Amino acid sequence: MRPAPVTAMNWEVVIGIETHAQLATRSKIFSGASTAFGAEPNTQASAVDIALPGVLPVLNRQAVELALRFGLAVGATINRRSVFARKNYFYPDLPKGYQISQYELPIVCGGEIRIAAGEGEKSIRLTRAHLEEDAGKSLHEDFHGMTGIDLNRAGTPLLEIVSEPDLRGAAEAVAYARALHSLVRWIGICDGNMQEGSFRCDANVSVRRSGAPLGTRCEIKNLNSFRFLEQAIAYEARRQVGVLEGGGQIEQETRLYDPAADETRPMRTKEDAQDYRYFPDPDLLPLQVSDADLERVRASLPELPAAMRGRFVSDYGLSAYDARTLTAERSLAEYYEAVARAARDRKAAASWVLGEVSARLNEAEATADLARVKPAELAALIDRVADGKINRATAKTLFDELWRTLRGSVQESVNVADWIDAEIARRDVGQISDAGEIEKLVDEVLAANAKSVEEFRAGKEKALNALVGQVMKASRGKANPAQANALLRRKLGV
Amino acid sequence: MLDATLSELGNALARRTLSSVELTQHCLERIGRWNGRLNAFITVDAERSLAEARAADARRAAGNAGPLTGIPVAHKDIYCTRGMPTTCGSRMLANFTSPYDAFVIERFARAGCVLLGKTNMDEFAMGSSSERSHFGPVRNPWDLDRVPGGSSGGSAAAVAARLAPAATGTDTGGSIRQPAAFSGVCGLKPTYGTVSRYGMVAFASSLDQGGPMARSAEDLALLMNAMAGHDARDSTSLERAPEDFARERSLDVAGLRIGLPRQYFAPACQAEVLARVREALAWFESRGARLVELDLPNTARAVPVYYVIAPAEASSNLSRFDGVRYGHRARDPLDLFDLYCRSRAEGFGAEVRRRILIGTYVLSHGYYDAYYLQAQKVRRLIANDLEAAFSRCDLIAGPTAPTTAYAIGANAADPVQMYLGDIFTIPASLAGLPALSIPCGFDAAGLPVGLQLVGPHFAESRLLGIAHRYQQATDWHRRVPAQTPL
Repeated sequence: MRPAPVTAMNWEVVIGIETHAQLATRSKIFSGASTAFGAEPNTQASAVDIALPGVLPVLNRQAVELALRFGLAVGATINRRSVFARKNYFYPDLPKGYQISQYELPIVCGGEIRIAAGEGEKSIRLTRAHLEEDAGKSLHEDFHGMTGIDLNRAGTPLLEIVSEPDLRGAAEAVAYARALHSLVRWIGICDGNMQEGSFRCDANVSVRRSGAPLGTRCEIKNLNSFRFLEQAIAYEARRQVGVLEGGGQIEQETRLYDPAADETRPMRTKEDAQDYRYFPDPDLLPLQVSDADLERVRASLPELPAAMRGRFVSDYGLSAYDARTLTAERSLAEYYEAVARAARDRKAAASWVLGEVSARLNEAEATADLARVKPAELAALIDRVADGKINRATAKTLFDELWRTLRGSVQESVNVADWIDAEIARRDVGQISDAGEIEKLVDEVLAANAKSVEEFRAGKEKALNALVGQVMKASRGKANPAQANALLRRKLGV
Repeated sequence: MLDATLSELGNALARRTLSSVELTQHCLERIGRWNGRLNAFITVDAERSLAEARAADARRAAGNAGPLTGIPVAHKDIYCTRGMPTTCGSRMLANFTSPYDAFVIERFARAGCVLLGKTNMDEFAMGSSSERSHFGPVRNPWDLDRVPGGSSGGSAAAVAARLAPAATGTDTGGSIRQPAAFSGVCGLKPTYGTVSRYGMVAFASSLDQGGPMARSAEDLALLMNAMAGHDARDSTSLERAPEDFARERSLDVAGLRIGLPRQYFAPACQAEVLARVREALAWFESRGARLVELDLPNTARAVPVYYVIAPAEASSNLSRFDGVRYGHRARDPLDLFDLYCRSRAEGFGAEVRRRILIGTYVLSHGYYDAYYLQAQKVRRLIANDLEAAFSRCDLIAGPTAPTTAYAIGANAADPVQMYLGDIFTIPASLAGLPALSIPCGFDAAGLPVGLQLVGPHFAESRLLGIAHRYQQATDWHRRVPAQTPL
């Protein structure tokens, strides 16, 4: 008997992720130069960033505050004393010949990120998060065989967030990266702009037979989109399984993902690994964090997504899925919360926010704080539907018009509910719930649509929908659809 | 005039019997006459100096002069200075002009001092003889065939030969005190963090400290009043209330406990050096000071510890000199690696390359614990020893260096022999303590001997007061080198 074919089903993919999140400070981590993206090359590099002789680094306390926000948000241990170290290597875009980073004593240790896994949640442990400076950029195009150096990015503050190898498969890795991305934006420490490199991931990937010890890992560098992260891991796992199943061995190495070819390629092997000669930077004192620092940062933290998610389920009766979707981004969650507090129907509020509001925001590539229909206005619309004053279709039309054209005409001082009522009256879009009026419309429709009536009587249930549609059309959308439906059924003898 | 102290010059300027322009001109003339032989200055810009002197005179005429306004000061060429080269004694920076001024340069400019020029030094401050400069060796005014000490040897020689009434230096393991001793002038290394390192080209960051060099302790105090102070641009700069470093000039030496570490009076010392130091101590004793024998058993470890830590930090600090943005760049590099290798090999001298190699080695994977980490532990022990000693005495005294100035080239083939000459100055550097050197006599060859006083942290004004009392009773510090007569 032949042995059963070995398939990928027998393999487990193990992933740990290192993320570089650019901290949202105005100035650099060790100099006063601006961190704004997109300036002319080398216009945002001070004497410190260029590493002129004699200059010294001075730590930006705002970068420390943002690192503390992260540590507190993920339930980590904050090291009250952490140390900046020099990582020494030569590269043209590294002006000092060393990068200031944290090595043996990082500011944040431990903590966790919770991701959705199947029906429930899974905790991904964090190893550490440490402060460091970014390097500049080498520009290889446009210089005819030479390399241009742009030091605008040199000295930009980064928080390097390192996860434990707790992730199993590309989907979990992406869920983790998304959750982390959502969190750093939620707590306002990183703008999350992946095109501009504000949030980049390195994935450490290995494969093993279920239950076996960890395999040899390869690190895939600089993945700056969730799609590339997923594709790179999927490819790398296939590659490693292929090597192992072919009787080969995985060599520990650093690889680059090429999205055009959808493959990873070796960049350097372990043998090429540099000796960075880390040692504590004598230009910087150990970083001390006091109780007062911690308390101040703790007090300034917003409610975290996990807590809000829990409340949305327990207080507003939302599904776990809806609660998670609503809390993927802070302004959307806050928008929903404002609508839910003002409107009587909280589930309807969720469906509006996840439906119309999200669609409009996506079109505009805007966040919910920039929504052109304010939460109170949406709540008023939702309440009118609940009151039977307008139907949902009318509400949607009003919502669209409000979003598109009317925004500017609503004064802040105007009572929004009054204004909507006035609009309903002015536009004559109030829902018709008067039984006599609806009966008149129904009779007209039945008389004019003999064919549909016949089809319905012959057992074609869909024909009823056509008749309801005709009633709505005759009422210019104002008829209460539920009433029209019920009356049609009665008249047809159902 | 050129032999006057800073306060005498200050008085003459205040009385208008002397103008800053006259004083500056005298200095420039003397530089013109002697610098060819001494090689104390790398850069002199007479026009600039005279323009600053005229501005100082105008400031005095306008009535807002300070105690140092109009005084010419020479600066070690390690301090970044706008508008003129800052070379650090290296080919690497031979054509480098800093776009900004160091804190120390700013401070002296604010005080109204005239920038007299930039003084020669061992390349990147690595050396104890000022022989290792791209611009040639500095010569000792007491004997032109001998070294002036280093690395601040240009400043020491300039002050000794009366080319400048005062100068700045930097001290990492003795680079102010040892040249002060060899050249017969006074030099103070302040408590680490007292003078901002901003704009001082870094050698070993945890040890580097700027300080003054002059002809009397009183002058050092005046210069410290201008140099010291907090600077937010240096994270290791101390935040302390401003102090008057001359405030203990009337201090009574009676009852003072002077600690004498057994290890500082070692037989390896030149006999005449020990004799002159003992004579100075006898004077203190005659004035009521008490001499206390001390044991500092880790003294012998100071040199090896220093020559691990300082090169380690230097190997990293000097990485920025890569030929990419400024400084020496090799011609026609084949590739990036070649650019780095040749720019650095051509730009750095042998001693700098040696220390970069040592520093790189002791920080390497597998050697870090055995060398760098171990050295940091022993550094702590040495600092603890000194701290404990100050419970038994108010200051520690001894020779600044084991010998007087040696001949140029004497230690060229044996760097370790030169390193060992730093044995008495290194402990205070490792512990960040204030220490000064003042002249206390001459050997048979007519070469100056230096007395070193080391105090607890922030004891500068006390050390200066004690030295001042000694200088009121002696005239070693007023002797003029015979080879550069007035």
